[in-house]
Formats: sequence, C-alpha cells, structure tokens
Amino acid sequence: MTVVTPEIVRQVALLARLRLEGQALAQLAAQLDEILQYIQQLQAVKTDSVEPTSHVLPLSNVLRKDEPGACLSQETVLALAPATQRPFVTVPKVLET
Amino acid sequence: MTYETVIGLEVHLQLSTATKLFCGCPAKFGAPPNSQTCPVCLGLPGVLPVLNERALEWGIRVALAFDCEIAQVMKFDRKQYFYPDLPKGYQISQYDQPLAQHGHLDLEAAGRAQRVRIRRIHLEEDAGKLLHEASQTQTCVDFNRTGVPLLEIVSEPDLRSPEDAYQYLVELKAVIEYLDVSTCNMEEGSLRCDTNISLRPAGEPALGSKVEVKNLNSFRAVKLALEHEARRQAIALDRGERLPQETRLWDAKGLKTEPMRSKEEAADYRYFPEPDLVPFVIDPSLVARARETLPELPAQRRQRYQEAYRLSGYDAQVLSQHRAFGELFEGALRAGAAPKPVANWIMGDLSAHLNARGLSPESVKLRPVWLAHLVQLVEAGTISGKMAKDVFAAMLERLVDPLQLVEEGGLKQIVDAEALERIAEAVLEANPKSVADYRKGKTNVLTYLMGQAMKQSQGKANPQQIAELLKRRLEQVTS
Repeated sequence: MTVVTPEIVRQVALLARLRLEGQALAQLAAQLDEILQYIQQLQAVKTDSVEPTSHVLPLSNVLRKDEPGACLSQETVLALAPATQRPFVTVPKVLET
Repeated sequence: MTYETVIGLEVHLQLSTATKLFCGCPAKFGAPPNSQTCPVCLGLPGVLPVLNERALEWGIRVALAFDCEIAQVMKFDRKQYFYPDLPKGYQISQYDQPLAQHGHLDLEAAGRAQRVRIRRIHLEEDAGKLLHEASQTQTCVDFNRTGVPLLEIVSEPDLRSPEDAYQYLVELKAVIEYLDVSTCNMEEGSLRCDTNISLRPAGEPALGSKVEVKNLNSFRAVKLALEHEARRQAIALDRGERLPQETRLWDAKGLKTEPMRSKEEAADYRYFPEPDLVPFVIDPSLVARARETLPELPAQRRQRYQEAYRLSGYDAQVLSQHRAFGELFEGALRAGAAPKPVANWIMGDLSAHLNARGLSPESVKLRPVWLAHLVQLVEAGTISGKMAKDVFAAMLERLVDPLQLVEEGGLKQIVDAEALERIAEAVLEANPKSVADYRKGKTNVLTYLMGQAMKQSQGKANPQQIAELLKRRLEQVTS
C-alpha cells in the first residue's frame, strides 16, 4: 500500500526548505515509501506488555550546575557562517518577525 | 450587537540564570553580538545539551507561585521550523509533558477579585535575535540569545477585557519579581507577551475565531492592541463577516493590527521527543522544599498590609506591586515611622519621581531609615509639609539622610536664570546625539537630558525651570 504520495513529498520538502520538482517528487515518493514499508515490519512485534517510552536509555535527571563555561570567540563564530557583517552573521532580508 | 471579549495570554519569561538552558554560555543581556555562543547552542554536529539545574528549580518555584500541579515526569521535545534565528532548525521545548499545569493567578482589579486559570508552564530555549534595520538587503543575526532559558506561561482564555489583561500582566510581573527569577524587562525582551483574542455574542458559550496578536513590546501596547482588535472584530461581526483564525502584528506607530503575510502554510512543527535529553523525574520532596521556601507573594502581602497596618485596598495594592516598594515601606516602619505617611510618600512623590524619569522601583537607592526620618521631621514640626517635598526631592537626588539635609541649612535650589542657562547649554553641548534625536521627534530623550542637568547641578537645579530651558533650546531651529 502506498503511503507516501508525491504531494506529501512536496509538503515535506517545503518544510525542510528543499527545492524538489517534477520527476524528483515521484521518484522520492516511491523511495520513501519503500523505506517506510521496510520499517513497517516492526508492526508485527507484539508490544501489548511493553510500556510506551520516549527514550531507551535507563537514565533520567541528567543536570548540570548553573556555572559558566567557555564560549567560542566572535571571530570563530563568524568564520563558521557563509555570510557576515561584523559583528553579525547575515542572511537574506527577512521581512517579518 | 453586544459581544463578550475573550482573551488568553502567553507570556515568555527569560530566567536570569547565569548560564543558558542547555550549555554553559553566559545568558547575560547586552554582551557584544555573537560573543556568548558555543557548539551546543549553535547546534554544531555531535554536541549534547544538558539541562541547567537552576532553570528547573526556578521553573518549579514559578509554577508553585501560580499554584500549578508540578509534573511527576517531564520531558523535552523538538519543535521544528526553519528560521534564521534558530541555528539547529528546531527549538528544544516541551510538548505533551510540560513542567507544570492547572494553576491560577488571582487578580484584584478595581476592588473586584478575579481568578485567571493557568493552563501550563513549560521550559524552552530562546531563539537568536534578528536585526532588520541595519541593511536594506540583509538581516543581521546575533546568536547570544540562542539557548537562554525561557519559561512559557499560558493562561486559559479567562480574561474578559483589555484592562483585565493588563492587570493580569501587572500581577504576573509582580509575582515574578518577588521570586527574583527574571528581570521582567519588556524593552530588553526578558518578558514577552503574545495574546489571543476572540469575540462572541453575549451569552453564547462557544468561542469565536481566535486571532493571535504579536509584536507587543509593552504592557500598554498589549492593552492598546487588544482594544483595537476587539473594536475591529466587533465591526466585522456586525457586518456579518466571518473572521478567519489568523496571526496579526501590532503596528505601534499606526495603532492598528495587520495580518501577518508569511503564514500561508499552516505551521507544522512536527514535535517529537528530544532524544538528547533523557526524561526528568521530579522528586516530590524537592517540590515540597521549594514550596516551603517560597517568599511572601504580592496577594499575601496585600492582605497583610490591610490587616496589620489598616491600609486601604488600593494602598496595599500599590505598595505590594513592587517588591522594592514593600521593602522600603516595611523598613521605614521598622525605623519607627507611621504606616500611612510612609505609604503616601512612596505612592505619591516617589512614584511620580520614578515615572517622570522612567526608572524602575528596583533602581531606588533610598534607605528606609531616611524615609522614616523625613516623616518624623514633619511630625515633629521641624519642617513644613511643603518643605518636606523639597527635602524628599533632594534626598532622592543626593542620596543623603534628610536629617543631614536639614542640618546643612536647607536646600539651596538653583533658580538663578543665568546659572540655569549655563547648565542647559553645557548639557546640550555634551550630548549632541540626544539633541539630534530630539529634533528627529524622539522627544523622550528630554528625560535623559534632564537627568544629566540634575546630575551636573548636583540635584540643585530647579527641575521645572531647567526642563523649560532645555526644551526651548531643543526646539529652536538650528541654522
């Protein structure tokens, strides 16, 4: 059964800010659908007696003290960005907040 | 038709912890741009966020002050969207297992008690700051704010007027100030507010279409925007129009709301559990301890002032609004002054002084014992009520004990026109930027210039005269 349609791919691509058009939509839809079906095999596992969980590690309450550590220098941060105007990182104009 | 206004508020509060929510970068406001970041808050590959213990503790304190139920288990989730202020491409927030739920805040506005329910309180990280003004073609990004701890406090739609919404914010801010966990400064963005507003015919139980109003940078803006929005919606409904559910931005200059254009696609945040942060089991004994160490809150203080000092509801309300006022008041009482005159000084001359200069009550350097001395000087008849006002002003400007002021042989105010002219001239010469700003229409710089003039004259310049002189000079057309 097909779950991922080209329309869904278009929507996901938009959310991920990927430009996908025409042929690519159908092609990716088929591939993503295959991946989902592969994962679908997990549905066969009986989980009636398993507690739902969001994390698999037997860990909780990992905290740190409110104590300052080292920061990157402004120079380093700006060097990481594709476009800058010291002391800022720059992006194409965003019209609205 | 008569409509009922239904309002709910979402407040984002920056916690004034030393460091960010998930990394050790300082969370201090005002540092040079992009100087307080690290691989964790910039979302570089392979890093691991770790929760700030104090942010959790303070979150619990706030939640308890609003009488919330604290979660036994809470977790974090990723809220995903693309925006240049969000380097990771997602915000770490809380979705279905927030820190706390089901609280309330009791208001007392105009002698009327009102309970506003709090739906939830959760922790999340702040985004970076975008600056749009610097360039026509580019937006500048400062990532210092990225990852600063935020507490989101969401009310139920229990508010019924813009004025009630305003009172809710005032009371909420007072509570937070008492807890001392945030600077609550809307101008610096440590307190931010979004509102939801809808109208329904009076008596109708179902809610109308909800409009979200954003871009509100003062409590006054919240009130004005809600008043405008209620009017706009009533007119549309009277015409038989159907209001869309939408997000609108407040235009503080045009005094109106405008639809936000960029939301063509409904937000799809695709929340999922943050795999890098394991769940938190909140120990009931930790909550119990936090509850025991809660300070007296504004509502309790209001009641105590009325009962113990026989103050009116209004006086008690004003004095308990700011923690600093209460401390000053009680300190002066401990120093032997009577409640009512002390209350009058704080609510009258002190408040006027703060308002005129745009200062916060916390900035007052006045010692309670000085206020007590002033009250006693008047009571003993050493100075007249009128003189006391001058002594009070001098005490605030020079920060000295009124006993000393009176001993010095009174206040020699500068009223000499020539001397004042010289001061005005010197101040304007020393502050060319403020002068230019004023002439461009930013007339509130006058307050600053006044402050400078008072400083220069060591508080002795006659304030009314110097204000007039400054204004006259500022409004002269330069050739």
